[in-house]
Order: sequence, then C-alpha cells, then structure tokens
Amino acid sequence: MLSVVNESRHPGLGYPRNALILPPGYAPDPPGTHPSLDYPGYKSTGLRHPSQPLHLLPQRLTELTGPVFGAERVQPGDEDMTQWDGGEALGQRIIVHGRLLDSDGRAVPDALIEVWQANAGGRYRHVVDQWPSPLDPHFAGHGRVVTDSTGHYRFTTIKPGAYPWKNHQNAWRPAHIHFSVFGRAFTQRLVTQMYFPGDPLFFQDPIFNSVPDEKARLRMISAYDHDVTTDHWALGFKFDIVLRGRSATPFEDRGSR
Amino acid sequence: MSAGTLGAGGPAGAPGPLGTTPSQTIGPFLAIVLPWPDGPDVVAAGTPDAVIVSGTLTDGAGEAIPDGLVEIWQADPHGRFDHPDDPRGPSSYPGFRGFGRSATDADGRFWFRTLKPGPLPDGGGGTEAPHLDVSVFARGMLDRVVTRIYFPDEQAANGTDPVLSALPAEVRQRLVAAPVPGEDGQLRFDIRLQGPDETPFFEL
Repeated sequence: MLSVVNESRHPGLGYPRNALILPPGYAPDPPGTHPSLDYPGYKSTGLRHPSQPLHLLPQRLTELTGPVFGAERVQPGDEDMTQWDGGEALGQRIIVHGRLLDSDGRAVPDALIEVWQANAGGRYRHVVDQWPSPLDPHFAGHGRVVTDSTGHYRFTTIKPGAYPWKNHQNAWRPAHIHFSVFGRAFTQRLVTQMYFPGDPLFFQDPIFNSVPDEKARLRMISAYDHDVTTDHWALGFKFDIVLRGRSATPFEDRGSR
Repeated sequence: MSAGTLGAGGPAGAPGPLGTTPSQTIGPFLAIVLPWPDGPDVVAAGTPDAVIVSGTLTDGAGEAIPDGLVEIWQADPHGRFDHPDDPRGPSSYPGFRGFGRSATDADGRFWFRTLKPGPLPDGGGGTEAPHLDVSVFARGMLDRVVTRIYFPDEQAANGTDPVLSALPAEVRQRLVAAPVPGEDGQLRFDIRLQGPDETPFFEL
C-alpha cells in the first residue's frame, strides 16, 4: 500500500518526513537477461563501456517514478509507416502488435512506444547510411504508438530488409525493428530490437547474440500471427514486451549493499 | 495499490513471473525518430530561474560520441513528481515536464533547459540532495548506463546525500555539475564512458 497523508494536517511541509513509505522497487532481472556492456564480438563496445564496476543505486523517488507520455506525443498517421510523402512504401506490408507487460504479468497502459527501422531493401533514411541499396521515397521509417488500457499496441509497416555493416567480414544485421519504450518508472526504461522468426542471419550477429541467456534472446523474436494477418492486405507479427515488475521484497531489504 | 488491483493482468493462468525483454543497442540511426523538437526543454525558453545543463559525451579515447542520446528525469523545484507512484500523491508544477531528451551533436554535445529540483525524502528519515537521474544510450552500447547530476551550490546537501556518500570519495565530485564561468544559470556536466576520469555509473 502507498502511504497517503492528509496534507492539510501538515501545512507547509506536505508530509511528515519520517512517515514516508516508498512503494516497492522493481525486481532485478535474472543474470543473463541483458547483454554485458563490454562485449568484444560487437567491436564498437570497446571504447564505449565503463571500465569501472557499476555502483548500486537504491530505488527511491526518482527511480520509482518516471515520465508518463501518452497520446499528446503521437500524431495522426504515426501508427502507419507504409504511407509517406503522398505514396505507399514498397515491400511486404506487415502489422506488428503485442502487449506491454511487466514481469508480474500486469499490463502497462498508456505508455509511449517509438519505433524506427530500415526500408524493404535494408536502407535507413539517415545521412550516415550510404550502402548501395535505394532509399524509398515513400518510406521514412519511424512510428509512434501508445498502449491502450490493456497494454496493447499495434502499428503497420513494411518488413525491413537485412543490411551489411562493418563489424566483421561479410557481416549482416538480421531484419529488425528498433523499439524505445517508456514504462511507468525511470527504472523500467527500455530500448531493444524486435527480430523476425526463422531469420538465417542470427548465427553471425553479435548484437542479437550478446544476450547471454538463450531463453531471453528468443524473447526478442516476434511470432508470426495468422489471427492478425489480414486477407489480401498484410501479414501479422506478435511481439510482447516485458518490463521489470514490482519486487515482492520491501525496499529496506534491497537498498543496502 | 496491491498486486492484482490493476486487474487487466497478463495471459490468463500464466504461471510465475514473465521473463523480461533484453536490452539492445539504440544503434546509429536513433535520430530517425527519437530527437523531439522540444526534447531538451524540461521547461520552455523564458522560464524564470531556468538552468541550462550541457556537456559532452566522450568515449574511452576521449573522442566525442556523435550518435548518442542523453535523457534526464527529475523532481520539480518543490521536490515532487507528477506521478501516481509518488506516495505523497502526484503534484504538477505548471510548465514543468520533469523529462528531457537530447541527442548528441557532431561534437558529442547535449543540453537541457530545466529547473533545479528540490531535495527529496529518502524513505529512511534522511534526504537526497537535488539531483537529475540520467540515462545514456549510444551505438556501441548494448544497454543504457545510468548516472546522476548534482548541483554545485548544494555543498551541504551533497555532503549528506546517501547516494553520493556511498561512492568512493575520489569520484563523488564527478557527479557534481560545474558552474560555467561568467555564464549565470549555466552548468556543465561531461559524461565520460571510459577512462581514468570515467563518470561513475549505477545499476538499478
């Protein structure tokens, strides 16, 4: 239970300081869920990972709260990436949908999800991406959606292509869509990538394989969803996103090291 | 609120906790969608007492990181959050978003316009000094790193802050922003991902 204090009894202070009871913190992820920041297989991590051990930050008010953005951050059409600049994007039209949940299985409603991706030929609309695959004049590659009251989201796009990069000889990124997700707390913030089932490029991709735990790695792969596939229109893929849930352990027992 | 009051729940009959989704790098193309025109504006231009916090994001070779994203989250000047999980109740502060987002530029620079937050009760009878929570994302980072920005005019509060106090003494000052000489209301906070003067980072 959260402590709710009658402010009128404490004018000018707002609450009795010693009575503040913080809500439970968010449970730590099991080891192996997230990649190590130092992962030599992905060469760019070399100079971009801390060399010192991380310090424990107990979850207090700033960590237990977070920005809550909703419909005000989404424009009409942001949920349909297949229409841009007066025309239709080339490629396999797909519907991506799923639920945003926490690890307790609770829906995360009214949460902003931002996505970006390459076009059907594997080219990003970005000045840095110059490999010889054509830009699509009708594909910008960005979308925004907000989860509904049951945590569900849905957007329409085209299936991104694979593309080469310089990490190792003949390196290709498997097809993927980037996801940036706000939960309801700073602690829950997540940036990830969604992959497609059966991609033959997984074996050589250090970014996908940087996740140590195989079950966790497989959670980044969407599932083909024939119930959402729409006749003569688009293929459906389901991708549930799970953020850290509330710890059952009281804060006081977790906060010290 | 207790477990279950959110009702909607997960898959019917799902046993035990669900596995969380792993982090992946934000990659080099985050600028396609993530920078917002008003991203750095925790408060709008012209807000009285606004502070500009800026800095450079650099790697282990001291090189600027031009494809990074820095985000901040913080309390308002009264030390309150417009959020249902603040046990004191949500409290809005007009014109204040609490959140800022800044993509780094070609020189690795990021910046925010904000108001200094108030101090916060720490839940144990003590007080946290005014601070900003910071997330850093970039190509070459498979997960975010988290740090904090403290304020140079809060020496006494910083001295008793439970998070700063838990750090080795020799690195505490790295989390305190520096006044920009001759520039009222401007603070500098550089983020060094790696190296001898590496910024201290946290796990949550």
